[in-house]
Amino acid sequence: MRETEATAEARRALEVCNACRYCEGFCAVFPAMTLRREFSSGDLSYLANLCHNCRGCYYSCQYAPPHPWNINVPQVLAQVRAETYEEYAWPASLVGLYRRNGTVVSLAAAAGIALTLLFTMALVDPSILYTAQTGPGAFYRVIPWWLMVTLAGGTFTFAVVVLIIGFVRFWRDTGGRAEEFAQGRPLMTALHDIFTLKNLGGGGGGCNDVDEGFSQVRRRFHHFMFYGFLLCFASTSTATVYDHFLGLVAPYPFWSLPVQLGTWGGVGMVIGTAGLIWTKIVSDPAPAARNLRGSEYAMLSLLLLIAATGLLLLALRHTGAMGVILAVHLGLVFSFFLVMPYSKMVHGVYRSAALFRHALERRPSPPPPGNKPSDRALGSAA
Amino acid sequence: MPDFSRVWDVLVIGGGNAALCAAVTARQAGCSVLLIESAPKAFRGGNSRHTRNMRTMHTEPTSVLTEAYLEDEYWDDLLRVTGGQTDEHLARMTIRLTTDALRFMEASGVRFQPSLSGTLSLSRTNAFFLGGGKALVNAYYALAERLGIDILYDTEAVDLRMEDGFVREVAITHRGFPETVRAKAVVASSGGFQADLEWLEKGWGPAARNFLIRGTPYAKGVVLRNLLDQGVASVGDPTQCHAVAIDGRAPKFDGGIATRLDCVPFSVVVNKDGERFYDEGEDVWPKRYAIWGRLVAQQPDQVGYAIIDAKSETLFMPSVFPPIKADSVGELAVKLGLEPAKVEATIAGFNAACVPGEFNSTRLDGCRTEGLTPPKTHWARPITEPPFIGYPLRPGITFTYLGVKVDENARVRMDDGRPSANLFASGEIMAGSILGKGYLAGFGMAIGSVFGRIAGREAARNARN
Repeated sequence: MRETEATAEARRALEVCNACRYCEGFCAVFPAMTLRREFSSGDLSYLANLCHNCRGCYYSCQYAPPHPWNINVPQVLAQVRAETYEEYAWPASLVGLYRRNGTVVSLAAAAGIALTLLFTMALVDPSILYTAQTGPGAFYRVIPWWLMVTLAGGTFTFAVVVLIIGFVRFWRDTGGRAEEFAQGRPLMTALHDIFTLKNLGGGGGGCNDVDEGFSQVRRRFHHFMFYGFLLCFASTSTATVYDHFLGLVAPYPFWSLPVQLGTWGGVGMVIGTAGLIWTKIVSDPAPAARNLRGSEYAMLSLLLLIAATGLLLLALRHTGAMGVILAVHLGLVFSFFLVMPYSKMVHGVYRSAALFRHALERRPSPPPPGNKPSDRALGSAA
Repeated sequence: MPDFSRVWDVLVIGGGNAALCAAVTARQAGCSVLLIESAPKAFRGGNSRHTRNMRTMHTEPTSVLTEAYLEDEYWDDLLRVTGGQTDEHLARMTIRLTTDALRFMEASGVRFQPSLSGTLSLSRTNAFFLGGGKALVNAYYALAERLGIDILYDTEAVDLRMEDGFVREVAITHRGFPETVRAKAVVASSGGFQADLEWLEKGWGPAARNFLIRGTPYAKGVVLRNLLDQGVASVGDPTQCHAVAIDGRAPKFDGGIATRLDCVPFSVVVNKDGERFYDEGEDVWPKRYAIWGRLVAQQPDQVGYAIIDAKSETLFMPSVFPPIKADSVGELAVKLGLEPAKVEATIAGFNAACVPGEFNSTRLDGCRTEGLTPPKTHWARPITEPPFIGYPLRPGITFTYLGVKVDENARVRMDDGRPSANLFASGEIMAGSILGKGYLAGFGMAIGSVFGRIAGREAARNARN
């Protein structure tokens, strides 16, 4: 991780935090911080990605602006976090995609829809796009099976490869080694933290999602979105098994497993993404990193559109609207896979890695220097 | 703009923990309540913003406290730090009521850290606010708003117009404009006077100009002065304040907890003439933390310099300001602005006097000096290993002891011994009634929470009669 204005500011802020430590009960960042006296840029990268942006530390900070020390941990860690996404991106020539990321994601989505529609019209009889198609293979009459598999498989494989490269780069930069993955228990702890979003619990009562009041809304909406996404992924996987191994060709009936998984997954994603967009709109901008908003809104909107068009497709698949909706839906899905490694989606990779690193660090070891009773004795003026 | 022509049941002056406890309690008793806070909203909460925990009596483990901490042990701890300068009746009452205060706090939305591992001695005696005092203050203000308490920021009480022990009305400035507030009962929870440097100078002389104020810059003692001038009885030594040694580079006000320096037991502390002046290793640091403010305040220019070497660099909490480092003692002295030859001589003398022993940073280890004045009785190790590290020290004022005298119902007493008809007090402004000297971690919040609730309850009762 290179040194930047953001890393310098993050270091300054964390040095104040490390002398204060009032926030140690909120999330994993602060206990991880107290294991260090100095912060290398790799440490900052790790801590920035460990931060879930719950903002509890901002509202309880006696040094937050307008105090002259101007400590705003969630904001500066968000800025560092965004820089880590560029830092570990592959290929390096594409890091520019992270800047103006909102525009990039929007353009990719638009291009995805346009190209899929054009491809479809070029490859199949355009009239199919406007007439009702039913029965097995209906979808493939609109978009040929080989094209669907090539585009989906190609973009998805590309995304996975780029994300893995980013993960490896992050792991090395934060001092990780390959053999650490053999440690089962920390891995289980990390998975628990990932799947429960423990660090959006704010130490029990929730986070400052909107203002200085505590709530769990962001965590819940994220759960809706995340588990909705997983259900949709499961739906696609089941459909692949149906198609390849059972010889059952889509579209499937409403009560079939792929359609049920996809339907509820889609509903979850719509609730989750819409809720997160709403939370972002109404939340206090003071602890937020303004330059990241475009990226966040764009990705949430893209996911919302994918889920919404998926549900629309389900509702109208027996009508003449199916062709266009299918093309639009798949166009969005392809563009999502394509931009995924250069979008807000990478936070999942680095945050998971950071949680695993934290679980490794938390293994029983002698207490760090400075963790004496006196830490606390002095914690009370007046 | 509030309607200043109305009469509130209860006026609470101040915006910290004690004031909020009083306001919430009075409101829950059915009174209309106006709370005026002299600070702007961003700096509301007085010194409570900088606190972290409350010392709490409990007979069994709770969600936030381990084991038990009973009245007698609590009282013994208090007796030790105050050297007897306390009121046993009020103190024991406060101690007993902390248990209930903790429940009130939890019910009010204040959140606590789960009890810590248990190896830390304070997880038994002190309940830690999740996120510290500012989070506590935020929780109370949120509750106060929900309950419909009228809250005015940037609003200072300047004159409580008293007639024969009765507060008739209160002159205030609201965002700079003079107004008058009328209320049936008044609770003064406006803190001490530690932010009024001229007042401190009356007790300490010109040395006070070099003091740093760790807490809020808004505790100027305006209400305290006003009440004492009108014949309200006082308690506490008017010339004394609680001071600790903090990083000399800390800001004049509001530096808070982060400015503390824990390196003293492992260091040699010299004054600006390069000379040692006290046994740095007298006892474990929490017990000695509070005396060093006074010791440094008595040195020329009210400054000290703690010097350690590489061996001790990581034995204490990280400092908020970077350590000043050098490859030799002389070079470090120059960087600290001291006479190198003097400091070198002091360190050489100290090194020569160190008796070999088994160093242990976590207990009184008996590593001491021999034939040195003053001696260092523990953790004395020769300062020999570069880099040499220095920190400047200055007195950091936490609070003042002078206050108004109250009875067990938080009712203010007049000089002639009679109780005020409608004036109550809670928090630092009356803490001198219980804490006449010294300090016990988390006891300020105990007094504020307990007396805040009593003052709110009694003011409400007073207003309804």
